[in-house]
Amino acid sequence: MNIDWAALGSVFGVSLIVTVALVGLFTLGIVGLSKRESAAARGGSATLAVTGAYVCFAACAAAVAYGIQLIVA
Amino acid sequence: MEHITLLLGIVIVTALVFDFTNGFHDTANAMATTISTGALKPKTAVAMSAALNLVGAFLSVEVAKTISGGIINEEGIRTEVIFAALVGAILWNLLTWLLGLPSSSSHALFGGLIGAAVMSAGWSSVNGSTVVSKVLIPAVAAPLVAGLAAMLATRLTYRISKQAGEQATSKGYRAGQIASAGLVSLAHGTNDAQKTMGIITLALVTGGVLAPGANPPVWVIVSAGCAIALGTYLGGWRIIRTMGKGLTDLAPPQGFAAQTSAATVILASSHLGFSLSTTQSCSGAVMGSGLGRKGGVVRWSTATRMFIAWGLTLPAAGLVGAGAEFLTQQGTWGIVLTGALLVAGSGVIWVLSRRRPVTIDNVNDLDDVNDEPAGVVTTAIAAVTPPPTGSAVAAADDLKTTIPGPDTEPARPATV
Repeated sequence: MNIDWAALGSVFGVSLIVTVALVGLFTLGIVGLSKRESAAARGGSATLAVTGAYVCFAACAAAVAYGIQLIVA
Repeated sequence: MEHITLLLGIVIVTALVFDFTNGFHDTANAMATTISTGALKPKTAVAMSAALNLVGAFLSVEVAKTISGGIINEEGIRTEVIFAALVGAILWNLLTWLLGLPSSSSHALFGGLIGAAVMSAGWSSVNGSTVVSKVLIPAVAAPLVAGLAAMLATRLTYRISKQAGEQATSKGYRAGQIASAGLVSLAHGTNDAQKTMGIITLALVTGGVLAPGANPPVWVIVSAGCAIALGTYLGGWRIIRTMGKGLTDLAPPQGFAAQTSAATVILASSHLGFSLSTTQSCSGAVMGSGLGRKGGVVRWSTATRMFIAWGLTLPAAGLVGAGAEFLTQQGTWGIVLTGALLVAGSGVIWVLSRRRPVTIDNVNDLDDVNDEPAGVVTTAIAAVTPPPTGSAVAAADDLKTTIPGPDTEPARPATV
């Protein structure tokens, strides 16, 4: 019986961390963008929040690109 | 192509049919949550998934070298064995589709292969420890990994987005969900279409048409890609409904967390050398996201039926595969008879499915997803339904009673 527990463990760890990190980042992005709308409603702007949001989305897009690369490779 | 014998032709067609059932069986993995949260319209979702499956089929140049990855000894495997294995896998895929249960197409194929190989060459042809390490342990690990990740991600995303309005965020969640679903579709196209190409190529090599180690001809790649894409486009609406609505009620944040978790687990597992089943990862992720939301529920009776189906996949497909192999051993008439039984069995399942069709129109209706919320609606419907529909419901109940019966299920091959 030859079970690769190390591989299973790393799948477990990587999946957990990457999923939570990606979902967290993306949610931060969504929240950041929603700040813009509420700020616009008040007549102001939320540059910092919006910039942060785009940084978050860019990181998620990079993760998706990496995923595609993994599939193609 | 003039060297292709009747048997080889049958095997190629059967492999493409398996590819097709694989496509519509597994549409749910990529698109069930997207459809149930309304991120994409059902037709759009399956069209997108089909397109990505097709693209995926052409993306990877590495075709599966073995069908079973070492589960059975493929040295000198006969074409009939491949055929019998495919028959078992197709019938199990169709049956679980009829019951709306997501189960792994790869496991069905493994089961069919094991059954056929045992019937053909005895138990020694099966590598028991590989079965444990490649099928049994992943089957337990996949839903746990994906479920835990989805649950934590769901909790996190609800916590972070609490201050933002639901209106403002749901659009963003939908976009994220579509991206994750696209990744799952693409990965599915590369993995599972590759598998069919591997089977056809192996059959061609066994039949002496191709030299050993040859790359699959272009027509194999094209036909395998098209078969899986067509299957995906037709959509296994029954399974989509179970996965998207039957297991739990998904809100956009949950759908996003579940789909992202599934995509991550699938990619991480296949590239860290511990392959986990796509179907089981996705189902686990959906349940995890159901548990992650405050007040979220998982319908454990539906989940239990699904778990039972997972447990039965290997033995049931194996028994059908063994029965089919027994017939094909009898000579040409046996092969023809097996083919006829496959067509007849598929026809019966299709006819049964028409009794209570699930289409794009009712894919998101929860009422009759499962028997358990026998609440006001179900009772009311039962009270006002005229006799004809009543008998349809009774028939459906008949079907349901056969689901968990581990004793009745394996008996099937005898009749097939």
